[in-house]
Amino acid sequence: MSPLATAVETTTVGTPWLNITIFGAFVAVTLVIVLRASRNNKTAADYYAAGRSFTGPQNGTAIAGDYLSAASFLGICGAIAINGYDGFLYSIGFLVAWLVALLLVAELMRNTGKFTMADVLSFRLSQRPVRVAAATTTLVVCFFYLLAQMAGAGGLVSLLLGINDRVGQSVVVAVVGAIMIIYVLIGGMKGTTWVQIIKAALLISGAAVMTVWVLAIHGFNLSDLLGAAAETGGAAVLDPGLQYGLTDLSRLDFISLALALVLGTAGLPHVLMRFYTVPTAKEARRSVVWAIWLIGLFYLFTLVLGYGAGALIGADAIKAAPGGVNSAAPLLAFELGGPVLLGIISAVAFATILAVVAGLTITAATSFSHDVYASVIKKDKTEPGAEVRVARITVVVIGIVAIIGGIGVQGQNVAFLVALAFAVAASANLPTILYSLFWRRFTTRGALWSMYGGLSSAIILIAFSPVVSGSETAMIQGVDFHWFPLNNPGIISIPLGFLLGWLGTITSRTLENPAIAAEMEVRSLTGHGAEGATPH
Amino acid sequence: MSNDARNAVPIVPVTDFETVEKSEQFQRLKKRHRGFVFPLAVAFLLWYFAYVLLADYAHDFMSTRVFGNINVGLLLGLGQFVTTFAITTWYVSYANRKLDPLAEEIRDDLARGVK
Repeated sequence: MSPLATAVETTTVGTPWLNITIFGAFVAVTLVIVLRASRNNKTAADYYAAGRSFTGPQNGTAIAGDYLSAASFLGICGAIAINGYDGFLYSIGFLVAWLVALLLVAELMRNTGKFTMADVLSFRLSQRPVRVAAATTTLVVCFFYLLAQMAGAGGLVSLLLGINDRVGQSVVVAVVGAIMIIYVLIGGMKGTTWVQIIKAALLISGAAVMTVWVLAIHGFNLSDLLGAAAETGGAAVLDPGLQYGLTDLSRLDFISLALALVLGTAGLPHVLMRFYTVPTAKEARRSVVWAIWLIGLFYLFTLVLGYGAGALIGADAIKAAPGGVNSAAPLLAFELGGPVLLGIISAVAFATILAVVAGLTITAATSFSHDVYASVIKKDKTEPGAEVRVARITVVVIGIVAIIGGIGVQGQNVAFLVALAFAVAASANLPTILYSLFWRRFTTRGALWSMYGGLSSAIILIAFSPVVSGSETAMIQGVDFHWFPLNNPGIISIPLGFLLGWLGTITSRTLENPAIAAEMEVRSLTGHGAEGATPH
Repeated sequence: MSNDARNAVPIVPVTDFETVEKSEQFQRLKKRHRGFVFPLAVAFLLWYFAYVLLADYAHDFMSTRVFGNINVGLLLGLGQFVTTFAITTWYVSYANRKLDPLAEEIRDDLARGVK
């Protein structure tokens, strides 16, 4: 553990210039690919949905790239290294959630929509109000997710580049944001997808190498690895309860989180939008299958990596390092392969943030230009090309907002933002998605009540929860206005979203058009009339 | 620019979708689809929440060592991975065998304009 001890003393690990060089190489390579891929970006289908030309395996890899954010990679490794078994619980929720997407959502969405979640939700309901509501929840989820990623970028910088002052970190956040804007602006969905595919391949193979390495050190015996982790971190790391088992309230909080994780994924707009980049529902199904295998495999790696970091480095050293919990994976890379492996893993972690931020930005921009600008403001009478132009302008605006927001949240405890994004997706989006796909009688009022009710209850509960005020790690220190005891609002807001959708529907006097409902049902199951790939 | 800025709702349904929906063929497809995905969705959610509740409230049981340092909790957790992979594979093979051919038939009929 000697190199690490010195590393921690100098508050940075590895050689910053090496980290920057590897990351720079990643940016250069992906930028060339984005430029090549973007030559055919002509229509809205090209810009928003990559001409629907990706194959299932390609899109599945991109979904994994989109989904395995820095929070999953750095966050889960760190959580397992420090809290042991309780960290593992996260990854299970994140994985099982994909079954909801596979069985109930992916193919039906692909068959009925064109570019956005709102396409499906407004198919047989009143266009404008439902589109505005769906665009609102999409933008909110993307915004929370985006802020969390940008905050993660700043934390990573202090660890990997040895930049600890605020100005330096802000500059790096701005650079990350600017590169992302270029990717999305030029590359559209096609460029974004390629960035995600490359990043997923790097991330998963990097994690695989480290996993084999850690297992090799422990004689390829999982039991021995767990034993070593228990020796360094205490036997409790192998059992549940270290993080969530403390009080009755924290146990309830865990149920709330579990609910949000498993039901949130299928309502995440940037995940849903990926289903439109393939030509058919069958390819959408194949994408989810690929995504499930890749994501599942990756989470199995994080189990080994987390316990490996716990065993080889120890929870105390991880917590003491700059970047805290999030530094477990980079520190483990350094311990195993020295500065070179650390440089590669750090570059991958940066690439992860970049790719996820790009995916979120194009989703938010599409939702604004397609749902709000073209459908609601212009009432579907846009001139050719105008919609994509608006999307590009929105990309720049969102990019700038993300940079400013990202600089603003540096050093803040914002890890809860990802959990909040999942909670909002599960309470505001999923009920309406499931109702519109499976419940003929569902009405516009039900959709609006469910989306706005789910959204506002999740946000209000978070605003008055211990994560915002009244606890040691709260965002706002010095004041205490919390009255909701849990950190995650899911246990209240998700059932509420479903309940409001039902209540709004049964109290509606006007029934929706049965002909369009029949059309939606036939289309969703058969794929009749679904948009295919654009020829080039 | 036929793809640009058009809305997902078709202008006037040329096909009589209500008739298609009532057709025996479509009802069979719908029944096969829902008859498969609904029970499976309920099953995996129950299994997931059973696991979550055990991990949350049955610490002693989950901490029971089975062999070496491997305890019940870890095995059940890995079991979630196994069932997720298994359900995925099962659904894909079911959809390929039972859903896709039927959906394709109906889609072809619709494309030809057969009611």
